[in-house]
Amino acid sequence: MWQKWRKSPTGIALLFWLIPAAFLGYFFYQPLLALFNLLVSPAWGVDLAAINLTRVWRPLRFTFGQATLSTLLTLVVGLPGAWLFTRFTFPGKKTLKVLTTLPFILPTVVVAAGFNALLGPRGWLNLLLMGVFDLGTPPIQFLNTFGAILTAHVFYNTTIIIRVVSNAWSRQNIRLHHAAQVLGASPWRTFREVTLPLLKPSILAATFLVFLFNFTSFGVVLMLGGPRFATLEVEVYVQALHLLNLPLASILSIIQLFCTLLITIAHGRLSGRRELSIAPRAQRIAVRRPKSGWERVVVVLLIITLFSLLVAPLASLVLRSFVKLEPVRGERGEVQRGLTLRFYRELGINRRGDLFYVPPIAAAQNSFIFATITILITLFLGILVAYALRQPTAINNLLDPLLMLPLGASAITLGLGFIIAFNRPPFTEWRFPILLPIAHSLVALPFIVRTLSPALQDIPYSLRNAARALGASPLRVWWEIDLPLLAPALLVSTIFALTISLGEFGASTFLVRPEHPTLPVAIFRYISQPGALNYGQALAMSTLLMIACAAGILVIERIGLPGMELF
Amino acid sequence: MLTVKNIEKSYEGKPLLNQVSFEVEQNETVCLLGPSGSGKSTLLRIIAGLEEAEGGDIFWKGNSLAQVPAHQRRFGLMFQDYALFPHRDVTENIAFGLRMQNVAQAEIKKRVDQALATIDMKSFAQRKVTELSGGEQQRVALARALAPDPRLLMLDEPLGALDRTLREQLSRELRRILRETRVPAIYVTHDQEEAYAIADRLLLLHDGIILQSGRPHTFYHHPRNVWVARFFGLGNLIEGTVIERSPLVVETPLGQIQAACDQNAPDKGQQTTLLFRPAQAQADHPQAENRITGRVIDQVFQGETYRITLEVNRAVAFFHVLLDEPAEIGADLTVGYNAEDVLCLAKEGDNNG
Repeated sequence: MWQKWRKSPTGIALLFWLIPAAFLGYFFYQPLLALFNLLVSPAWGVDLAAINLTRVWRPLRFTFGQATLSTLLTLVVGLPGAWLFTRFTFPGKKTLKVLTTLPFILPTVVVAAGFNALLGPRGWLNLLLMGVFDLGTPPIQFLNTFGAILTAHVFYNTTIIIRVVSNAWSRQNIRLHHAAQVLGASPWRTFREVTLPLLKPSILAATFLVFLFNFTSFGVVLMLGGPRFATLEVEVYVQALHLLNLPLASILSIIQLFCTLLITIAHGRLSGRRELSIAPRAQRIAVRRPKSGWERVVVVLLIITLFSLLVAPLASLVLRSFVKLEPVRGERGEVQRGLTLRFYRELGINRRGDLFYVPPIAAAQNSFIFATITILITLFLGILVAYALRQPTAINNLLDPLLMLPLGASAITLGLGFIIAFNRPPFTEWRFPILLPIAHSLVALPFIVRTLSPALQDIPYSLRNAARALGASPLRVWWEIDLPLLAPALLVSTIFALTISLGEFGASTFLVRPEHPTLPVAIFRYISQPGALNYGQALAMSTLLMIACAAGILVIERIGLPGMELF
Repeated sequence: MLTVKNIEKSYEGKPLLNQVSFEVEQNETVCLLGPSGSGKSTLLRIIAGLEEAEGGDIFWKGNSLAQVPAHQRRFGLMFQDYALFPHRDVTENIAFGLRMQNVAQAEIKKRVDQALATIDMKSFAQRKVTELSGGEQQRVALARALAPDPRLLMLDEPLGALDRTLREQLSRELRRILRETRVPAIYVTHDQEEAYAIADRLLLLHDGIILQSGRPHTFYHHPRNVWVARFFGLGNLIEGTVIERSPLVVETPLGQIQAACDQNAPDKGQQTTLLFRPAQAQADHPQAENRITGRVIDQVFQGETYRITLEVNRAVAFFHVLLDEPAEIGADLTVGYNAEDVLCLAKEGDNNG
């Protein structure tokens, strides 16, 4: 009986699930439970009653409001963008396409720094205007406004709309359009009656995904919105780390978790349905150059909009990190404006000789150490889960959503949970060094599994059977067949884990030791400190981080795994 | 050599293989024929050790293989979709089995060259398998299965994915290679013509059992029951009632017919099915025991003969007959059948006649 059960798909799947499930249970579900526990424990009961409801209500309302508005704005830019990519060829399309992949993987601190370098009080535009018109204060008020939050969200999420919708759009069977036209529908009518209804599921799915990302936005709101605006996430951060009000933080966290769960479920249902509308062997929509006059005008406008939206902040970041526009501390008299490498040279120097001062290069070192550990953990767990998911057993339908839940739970929730759950042995405190890469792993794992699992499923069983029939032992089959065929997916997973860990900001703010910051945490610290040198160094670090992430996404694009367009 | 004994296997709760037994001898190519879903490929995988049977055993030269894992059986298996390793080139695919046997490098090279020569693809050695055409992939798959010198070669619908002309060409090539290598082989197909072309012996798998086995011509002359006759497309199957047992006379829509029986003749009054093979009809044959007259409703010239469709008492049958002149549509025509050429068949599901 035991023998038979052990060989059944369920038995094998459970064996593979063993370690990942234990990991998730201990490091994700335990902290989550601790959050809930905190609320019902009598020790906090009094404090709970004292909590003013408006302090819960206000961030909740603001979170919903900004997410809704951001999402609508994103649709306004993204849907025409999807149309552009589906229907037309134009010079620079490839470049633009590569650029649209950037926001997928750029850390929030980098994007915030980019917008800061463009439109912030010390951004090149403001300093330029001040210099030219001899103004005393920056003319453009962008930082710490609601508009800044919205703009950054549109920057981040437009590409999701473009990718998801244009992917579904270009798969539409053009014969359906032809049929409608032959039956007498004008192009506009065809669009309204055929194209749009068929696109609706993917538009909805993309909208929910964008809404989810906006809803859980943390770094952007913290760095661009300033103290006046607080989403649930930012409020959790402030309450937990600055005001040490853990009960309020956990209430907000749980509300946040509940909301994201609902959004995730809605999105999951919608994206499941989307697959049905894809006809096999359909004749695809052909791309062409814009023909008529108005088409050209709209296309050119769109291209300019998208280029400036995607390029302006990032280019400003790079540019600003190489120019000197304001006096550095200790310098007197006329500011020497011009190109400089100083911000980069200073990255490794502890100028103040301060014992607690951490030179940026040390932060980069920390980040890479954490990223390496994250890669090791996620690859190990990801491979196990991928093999478990390969077994045809109902147990996977139960365990898979449990694995994907960290995707919906925000990094802030995770950080807060860690504070509460691990402030005791075997960890001496919640900032115990290993906990940071573990938190990064929890954030990255769903992506890794979604990369590895389809790749593994794609290896036909007949290849393994062929190898076995040719005399390869089971272990040899894995070495000769599975591993080489998984190699591209493993590389993509490694890059995902690397970039996610390098850029992770939310959980890191909770878990880093002050004397061992990661790159994003260091950028956040430097950019909010006075002094031209600090500012320049923050931008220099952001530029380096951006280059690392961009290189990663380029490699992923080059490998071109199927299904990647949805990330 | 190979003995398959009482193999049982179910699929999703339903029995798929029900006590299947057969043997394969040295130098023999056995064709396992059956409709799709009959469990042919499953049976192959069980013999290869890639799947476990729920009952029964496989023996090689009298030794049970129950404890021998797939990779130690030294049975070659050629897959329906070829299963060429996409991450390895043609040479590396063919060398794979030899590497698993830890054959020395020099020896591997020699044998891969040999295999490439056998399939006439020497110039393809360094090609990626993903760049090959279907026919080329098929040949590489065959070479890969043969290169490690297997004790038994199994081929799972090896020509299934190819177009007709390519199939005929490759089936000739396969026959040559199987004859040259003298390796015992099991060839799975659902296509009877392919089976005729390849097999020394046919096994017909249906409803989880070997329904009939033997040389290809026995299926034509002595189909075991109505299902076999229908599967082989043998021709007119006309139902009737037995009115005389010996000699056997059956009342049918075509009239009273004298027929022959391979098995025990059915009892008087029983329903039975008669097989009129179209090619055995003779026009203008006054000595024949059975003379069938009907109205010609269709006629197709087929070179040697005419394919005539007759309507007799609202029953429709077709015959291939030699005619001096084409018949007229709507005219009456009489064809003759000798009693021994009309076969009385056992019912479907009646397998022990």
